[in-house]
Amino acid sequence: MWRDHLTEIIVFTFLFLLVSVMGFVAARWRAPKDMAHLDEWGLGGRSFGGWITWFLVGGDLYTAYTFVAVPALVFGAGAMGFFAVPYTIVIYPLVFLVLCRLWSVSHRHGFVTPADFVRSRFDSPVLALLVAITGIVATMPYIALQLVGIEAVLKTMGVTGESALARHLPIIIAFAILAAYTYQSGLRAPALIAFVKDALIYVVILVAVIWLPQKLGGWGSIFDAAEAKFQATAQNPNDGILLNGNNQLQYVTLALGSALALFLYPHSITGVLASRNRDVIKRNMSALPAYSLILGLIALLGYMAIASGVKPLPGSKPGTADANTVVPVLFDQQFPDWFAGVAYAAIGIGALVPAAIMSIAAANLFTRNIYKEYLKRDASPAQEANVSKITSLVVKVGAVACIVFLDPQFSIDLQLIGGVIILQTLPAVALGLYTRWFHRTGLIVGWAVGMGLGMWMLYQVASPTRKHFGGSAFPLSEFGFDTTRTIYVGIVAVAVNLAVAALVTLALRAAKVAEGADGTTPDDYFADEGDPRVTPGAERDADSAREPVA
Amino acid sequence: MAAPEPEAPTTAPARAKDHSPWNWLLFIPIVVPLIPVFFNGDSPRVFGFPRFYWLQLAYILLGVSTTTLVYQMTKKRGDR
Repeated sequence: MWRDHLTEIIVFTFLFLLVSVMGFVAARWRAPKDMAHLDEWGLGGRSFGGWITWFLVGGDLYTAYTFVAVPALVFGAGAMGFFAVPYTIVIYPLVFLVLCRLWSVSHRHGFVTPADFVRSRFDSPVLALLVAITGIVATMPYIALQLVGIEAVLKTMGVTGESALARHLPIIIAFAILAAYTYQSGLRAPALIAFVKDALIYVVILVAVIWLPQKLGGWGSIFDAAEAKFQATAQNPNDGILLNGNNQLQYVTLALGSALALFLYPHSITGVLASRNRDVIKRNMSALPAYSLILGLIALLGYMAIASGVKPLPGSKPGTADANTVVPVLFDQQFPDWFAGVAYAAIGIGALVPAAIMSIAAANLFTRNIYKEYLKRDASPAQEANVSKITSLVVKVGAVACIVFLDPQFSIDLQLIGGVIILQTLPAVALGLYTRWFHRTGLIVGWAVGMGLGMWMLYQVASPTRKHFGGSAFPLSEFGFDTTRTIYVGIVAVAVNLAVAALVTLALRAAKVAEGADGTTPDDYFADEGDPRVTPGAERDADSAREPVA
Repeated sequence: MAAPEPEAPTTAPARAKDHSPWNWLLFIPIVVPLIPVFFNGDSPRVFGFPRFYWLQLAYILLGVSTTTLVYQMTKKRGDR
């Protein structure tokens, strides 16, 4: 019952209201002269320095769902769930130079979305539209999953109801407040709230990793308890505190594939483009792994939950368990009430920051690559900002509707698919930053084949409880190999995508099919803050090659 | 690769600004954390952590120090 959790609820509500006020005040923080421009509303004036970018991108990438789902995975499967650590280590050296190029070319041309870049680079509105739609489709379930994170916390506090509406009312209110201040303050709201979110997360995790092992008999016995549990249960042969021969390939390809995908997500790119210069990005690539350390420790909360005998709360259907409640229940058992309230607020607020940035990113994609491209070509910057603000509201209503009216499992499936499909934009967006060798039609065909193959492979993956969409570990035996090893679907799909794109490119080049004009120059990829050749407002989308300037 | 030729000589200095042999170091923290033989074992334990866990957490330091080193060594000096 919720009465037993009154202290937790009061602390949670207080902190939640505090950041809501901050969200509204954020409109005046580093206020621009004119908010009615997409650069201001959607990218915070492209002016964020090292610290703000660190909090913003950190708050954006390490979401509430991650904080709830990663320990849940470790709780259920063991070592496999720890993939999040190598994933968030290899990502930064991987994109260290790539993001600088993206920032430079976007800075000089005023690009707001990755699809803007693709359109200009490959002279192809169709390819840009595909990139934009892929981004929107991959982001939507991600926003819905942030709600799953909040719901896990609310459920643990006993805030539930009989009817679907009563159960979801707190989330609807929370998202209505979030929608209101995102509408008003744009990217400045999550940037400001991210400070509170991260401070809370760091405090909670530091306390958890120092305090809990002492109560549970030290780290050694925590790992031993986990190993004993995995040995005792025989239904999943691949669990355990170490990897085995079958899932090592999956572990490595999942870490690498997730790393390749992360900065293709529109919301990550929004955070990067909002930074002030190339130096800010490079310094952040060195500083952001601090969050990976926190994530690694959070993952281990899954083992602490095993050691303290946590039983997850029942799921929405009878007979199922909601694994996402593992960490909230652990906090409820082990922490004093008021501190559990702080921890829940950290997760709840942790959901707001990425949800705000994701809705802004999805709205920017719609505005720039669908509205301006196909509906109103002569839209003014003020109109663009307005359309984006309204779209961000629509996106949030859609996310809430997904959770209220559909099984949350649907959003989880979609998010799994999202990681695979966003990878299919890698050849156009990431490789496109380095080379224009690929033909635009080759990229489109490669995208289509990669999408189709990825969806088919995901459909084939079974889990102990489900026949299809049971995960992202594809058994290689399906391809006819005589092995029990599994591999991450996304890596296979993007490799085939690249191969097809290359073959079609060669064929089209042999047939001398027109390739369109490159709207960027090699020099664009190195421009920095204060560059004299930044293209102003209306000429931003000019496709014609510019005169070289000495 | 049939990448577009740099037509104007004006682009050459800009390219040079971003290209550095130090950048090759970035491959170390990309490749090393993805080799399971290194970390997939229980012993030795450190503070009760099996090797699988402490070594992968230690790779965070590898990543941070490599990116910091590359940043410091390739930082533009004086011209900004």
